[in-house]
Amino acid sequence: MSQPATLTWLAGHELKLGWRDWVSLMTAGRRRRARRVGIALIVFGAFMHLFAYWLVARYADATVSADTATLVGLTGTLVLSWSLLLSQAMESVTRAFYARSDLDLILTSPVSARKIFSVRMGRIAAGAVLVAVLLAAPFIDVLAMRGGARWLSAYGVVAGMGAVATAAALALTIGLFRLVGAKRTRLIAQIVAAVIGAAFVIGLQIAAIFSSGSLSRFAALQSPWMLAHAPNTHSAFWWPAHAVLGDWHALVAVVAASFAVLGLAIALFSGRFGEHALAAASVGSAVVRHCRWSLHFRNRSPARALRQKEWTLLIRDPWLVSQTLMQILYLLPPAVLLWVTFRDATGSYVILIPVVVMAAGQLAGGLAWLSISGEDAPDLIVSAPIAPSRVLRAKIEAVIGLIALVFGPIVAVLACEAPFAAVVCALGIFTAAAAATLIQIFFRTQAKRSQFRRRQVSSRIATFAEAFSSIAWAATSALAAAQTWYAVVPALIGIGILAGVRAISPRASS
Amino acid sequence: MHAPAPVKAPVALAVHGLTKRFDRPAVDALDLTVYGGQFYALVGPNGAGKTTTLRMVVGLLRPDAGSIAIEGIDALADPEAAKQITAWLSDEPMIYDKLTPFEYLEFVAGLWRIDAKAAEARARELIGWLGLEPHAHERCEGFSRGMRQKVALAGALVHDPKLIILDEPLTGLDAGSARTVKNVLRGRVAAGGTVIMTTHILEVAERMADRIGVIASGRLIAEGTLDELRRQTGMAATSLEDTFLTLVAEGNEAA
Repeated sequence: MSQPATLTWLAGHELKLGWRDWVSLMTAGRRRRARRVGIALIVFGAFMHLFAYWLVARYADATVSADTATLVGLTGTLVLSWSLLLSQAMESVTRAFYARSDLDLILTSPVSARKIFSVRMGRIAAGAVLVAVLLAAPFIDVLAMRGGARWLSAYGVVAGMGAVATAAALALTIGLFRLVGAKRTRLIAQIVAAVIGAAFVIGLQIAAIFSSGSLSRFAALQSPWMLAHAPNTHSAFWWPAHAVLGDWHALVAVVAASFAVLGLAIALFSGRFGEHALAAASVGSAVVRHCRWSLHFRNRSPARALRQKEWTLLIRDPWLVSQTLMQILYLLPPAVLLWVTFRDATGSYVILIPVVVMAAGQLAGGLAWLSISGEDAPDLIVSAPIAPSRVLRAKIEAVIGLIALVFGPIVAVLACEAPFAAVVCALGIFTAAAAATLIQIFFRTQAKRSQFRRRQVSSRIATFAEAFSSIAWAATSALAAAQTWYAVVPALIGIGILAGVRAISPRASS
Repeated sequence: MHAPAPVKAPVALAVHGLTKRFDRPAVDALDLTVYGGQFYALVGPNGAGKTTTLRMVVGLLRPDAGSIAIEGIDALADPEAAKQITAWLSDEPMIYDKLTPFEYLEFVAGLWRIDAKAAEARARELIGWLGLEPHAHERCEGFSRGMRQKVALAGALVHDPKLIILDEPLTGLDAGSARTVKNVLRGRVAAGGTVIMTTHILEVAERMADRIGVIASGRLIAEGTLDELRRQTGMAATSLEDTFLTLVAEGNEAA
């Protein structure tokens, strides 16, 4: 057992907290669920290995002396994955800053704050590395099984990517702190994280649309222009790709450099981390500008007051703003495709509609949870002289209204060129949003809005149903736009999902 | 202790045979009558059924049996009409972090269908009384517990309810905030309103309430002015604390 207040002792404490937090997240705080969760994870892991086999098994023969096309493809995939890791790491660092939790205890204890925060940063890095390794594991395992043990070196590269992502996240977040202050950093950091997570994928997709007219992000990476301008295959630029392919020298260099960068970041920032965290924890009262609504009361019906309240709270929710922004960013490639398609008059908008419908379903699910389950003043609403059914209706209207606001412009542009496709798209958006909202109604609970991040934990069935329902309605819309009667099949699946969810929902059984 | 309201005052709240079971009876065939223009304090040990009773009165819980009438309106048959003249304030102030106090009050006024001009004037008055002016246009997310409680209280009063029901409204408040809240509540009673409040602070009940009801094991075991309660225990000139403990002990023995 290590001595109290040493680095290893603190690391053990952080590990214990991290483990308990993870178990609580997975089991929703019910330890009896642990076995079921374990089985579900094994099944999920097996499924991911099958998926990985289907996706990457054909690339297992790639050798260390790969050609430029392979190196470009591999590096592009690594950068894409790294941008997502960076996005996640930024969110972790921001959360660590703004959660007061044990800050008072830490900063009033006689242990060096630098030491404690070094360990805490290490925990964030360990989390990022673990997530990266777990997500990459099925793909690496499949490649190793098919192409030999040399592929296992990819684990080292992935771990290094997690370390560098954490270092970059620390630098970016602390940079934002110094640049814009504690008050604004939370919102900006969340938006930056969302944009980073989406930007690389979106950039590649837009490049692919212009170069080949397809949504595939790999098309851009394999374009003649890209291959012609790529560095020589012996360049240090390709070391991470060479390391993945089993070059041990490159692997050692990449891993050593990655963890050196992380160590440097921890050494540089751990001294100020506590100071910034304290500043962040004391942030609260943001002065609101005197908008018209705050200057004078206006006559409103209860339903309108409820809708207005929902919209105001949704707009002022930084996490939701960043998520919505990300959804809108993901709609950019379809929008560009739409423009390219109509410019060239090739009429391939069938690709666009399911993407839009899927995004609408997913966004509506989040909005519906916030509006219907995430009520911070439930006593006020229940004790108000308004029927519960009217309250629910007003909240649904608030969700559908926001969806119309976000997706209306896309439908309007589509309507100018292809009225039938626009009608199908609008119906698809409405149906997917309504289905996601209904699922949230079936599984509605009483929760604080701040618990939004953990909403999946309270009901995984609702989360999966929401995703599959959106997929079903996206497929229905695509097939309907293609004017085939096969559209009935996914529509029936969508209705079946709703009926099934209704039957097993807590509201039906109570 | 203040003078009791005239006997002929209209009944603000009439509860008969009110029953609610969870694992065990939380409220057990409770009868309670509160007259208009009174400050009524409901006291009792932890788990006695005070909060459950009041949550049923304001429509947050459905009773298993019994009747509730607010100002003569059957609250179970016509909940919206009963809620229109009632306000509820829980011990944990529930407000929206992302709204300003001013926006919160406008929202409440909308829910209660109050004319905007009248509601705004009332809101400005309440914000002034409660000392919230410097923060009226700041979001509530950074507010202390006392400030949050004041915002919630302003929300409870902005629609000018005839009956205000409060569950431990002074919990966690500093002396200044507690004094402000007490003054505002006494002002409501002086203006003809009715206040029903649960409290663990017996001195507050002793000083502020016109009548005191003692609940134990889901039943009203004693009720009256402080003098009436003292007479009931046969302990003249004792504090409410002694009287309360004697009554609860007797109630537990009887149960």
